[in-house]
Amino acid sequence: MYNNTIKLIITSTLILILTGCAGRAALLPGETPPMHTVSEFSDDENVSRTHDPWEGLNRSMYKFNYEADRFVFIPVVSGYETVVPRFARTGVSNFFANIREVRTFYNSILQAKGKSSLVTLGRFLTNSTIGIGGLFDPATAFGWRQEHEDFDRTLETWGVDTGPYLVLPILGPNTARSAAGLAVDGGVRWAIMSAIDPFGGTGARTEINMGTIALETVDLRHRESFRYYDSDYPFEYYMVRYLSSQERKLKILR
Amino acid sequence: MKIARSILIGVLLLIPAFVWADDATYRYPIDDSFAATILGTPQNLRPELKGELPIKTMVLETDLKKPEIFFYDHGLRYTVAFQDRKAPLIFLIAGTGGSSKSAKIVALMANLYHAGFHVIALPSPTFSNFIINASTTHVPGNLAEDADDLYRVMEQIWSQCKERIEVSHFHLAGYSLGGTEAAFVAKLDEERKVFDFRRVLMLNPALSLYNSVSRIEELLDRIPGGPRKMGAFYNRVMEKSTEFYRKGDFVAIDDDFLFAAYQAQILERDEVGGMIAVSFRISSAGMIFASDVMTRGGYVVPKNRELKNSDSLEDYFWTSLHLSFLDYFNEYFVPYFQSRQPGLTKEELIETLSLKSIEHYLASSTKIGVITNEDDFILASEELDYLRRVFGPRLKLYPRGGHLGNLEYSDNMAFLIDRLHSSTW
Repeated sequence: MYNNTIKLIITSTLILILTGCAGRAALLPGETPPMHTVSEFSDDENVSRTHDPWEGLNRSMYKFNYEADRFVFIPVVSGYETVVPRFARTGVSNFFANIREVRTFYNSILQAKGKSSLVTLGRFLTNSTIGIGGLFDPATAFGWRQEHEDFDRTLETWGVDTGPYLVLPILGPNTARSAAGLAVDGGVRWAIMSAIDPFGGTGARTEINMGTIALETVDLRHRESFRYYDSDYPFEYYMVRYLSSQERKLKILR
Repeated sequence: MKIARSILIGVLLLIPAFVWADDATYRYPIDDSFAATILGTPQNLRPELKGELPIKTMVLETDLKKPEIFFYDHGLRYTVAFQDRKAPLIFLIAGTGGSSKSAKIVALMANLYHAGFHVIALPSPTFSNFIINASTTHVPGNLAEDADDLYRVMEQIWSQCKERIEVSHFHLAGYSLGGTEAAFVAKLDEERKVFDFRRVLMLNPALSLYNSVSRIEELLDRIPGGPRKMGAFYNRVMEKSTEFYRKGDFVAIDDDFLFAAYQAQILERDEVGGMIAVSFRISSAGMIFASDVMTRGGYVVPKNRELKNSDSLEDYFWTSLHLSFLDYFNEYFVPYFQSRQPGLTKEELIETLSLKSIEHYLASSTKIGVITNEDDFILASEELDYLRRVFGPRLKLYPRGGHLGNLEYSDNMAFLIDRLHSSTW
């Protein structure tokens, strides 16, 4: 998944350059002006401060994600939920959450968060051993709360601005900075996996890796209840954009 | 003599005490009508429901060719929860701007399914999905016409579902505007008799659509700068809430957080009222835009513009948010109906959008009842008096709960279900 992320980002950047910005607000020749236009209400303070210069591309990507969900992910996820029993799904979620502790660990160090990095290290060691390779989560029962750190947060502490809003293929609402963060975290993970090469001796390394990526993707989608266009609200794109920026803000406060 | 006097005094003292006791036995905890409306009922005061709710979203396909901007819309979406044995079926109608999966609908569904009903929930005729797929005119708000559309949709849904379930008889309920619409649907049903509803419940209905909406819109007059500054107002409220969240040790923006914020009184009463009006505006913005695109009304979108999926809708969003329901009414709704019926005045139209226009039916039909609250701000006190007069014992009035805040309170839910089961009021 994450190695693919890099490719996707490069592709989307290319598309961006090629398509430029969309959006038509002004009147085109031959159009009758509507009774009310936005210029009447320009004296009010804007609500969504999210910078979205790539809206045309973002809206197209939003639609792409909707189609991908509709034809691929949601059928797969509902099959997964029907076939795989609940305790096994929890095990899968725990397993991948445990792998992500590595990401939290090095990002906590990069942000000089001593306590968070120690808790995460403790969680990772506990869950990998007593929790049988991360399938169970005894660490939470011991009172070690799960921390969430990623390279996006690291960039934030280093003073990097979020950059414009960016809807990534499959991965959904992001910002330029969080997309870069995903790329870096994905790269680190790829590097670690290559160094350890856990499936090297099996003779089916590629297949196992692909299977793992697929399972993690299904797990991520299974745990995310959001469905594109499910609200049927014509302005859903803006609500999601606003809420995702609010969510980021609140996460930082936590 | 002395004894008689003390008895008399005792009785006199008892009278107000008794009235007061009736209020006091009702233990819904939130006194303020605005706060109740936003907070609803605390989890521990709701009925305990065991087992899962087998709620399913269904699509009633419509063969309409849709504008590209609504490419994601594949038909009218309604939700169902069916029993696997013979049972009464209840249709639910959502309130203004509500989908068939809105929180209030899901709460009603869960409780009614648990009580043994088949449930089918419909979106509000003011909801974009309904405007696009099920509205004949695509101009929502005309109660009689919306009821006609609702009835047609209910018939279509019924023919889609009747093979799958066994139904003993039918009921109907709606909340807020959906409650008002339920009365008009019930009246239609008297002529067409497809369902022959046994019981029709109006939950916190509007008496007059125009008056109720005006009362909600007025809440924005009390924010600094008035409705034109709702963006600034919204940002200020969000900042206050974020600040409170930052200082406290909250896990998420959930009920616990909202209750804590209410108890700490971080917002002033006018601000809470303003937020209710803002959420109403968010609904009505979707309605205005969807209707305008479908009718090519030239109200916020240029008449002859074909919107593409990649086109920005942000300006239309901002414009629609700043238009009040009354703007929509005066500038879009009234002219539309005047163009169909020359000579129609605004006042005449307003009168048709009221329960008063079917008063005779409401007063004589014993199947219809109203459940609402004394402090529901969408009703004026003379409107409450009117409901008392017309419905008599078929009006259940709770002392508090705001607009639907006490819907999920266990007493309310028990009463509601009891009314559906019993044959008399």
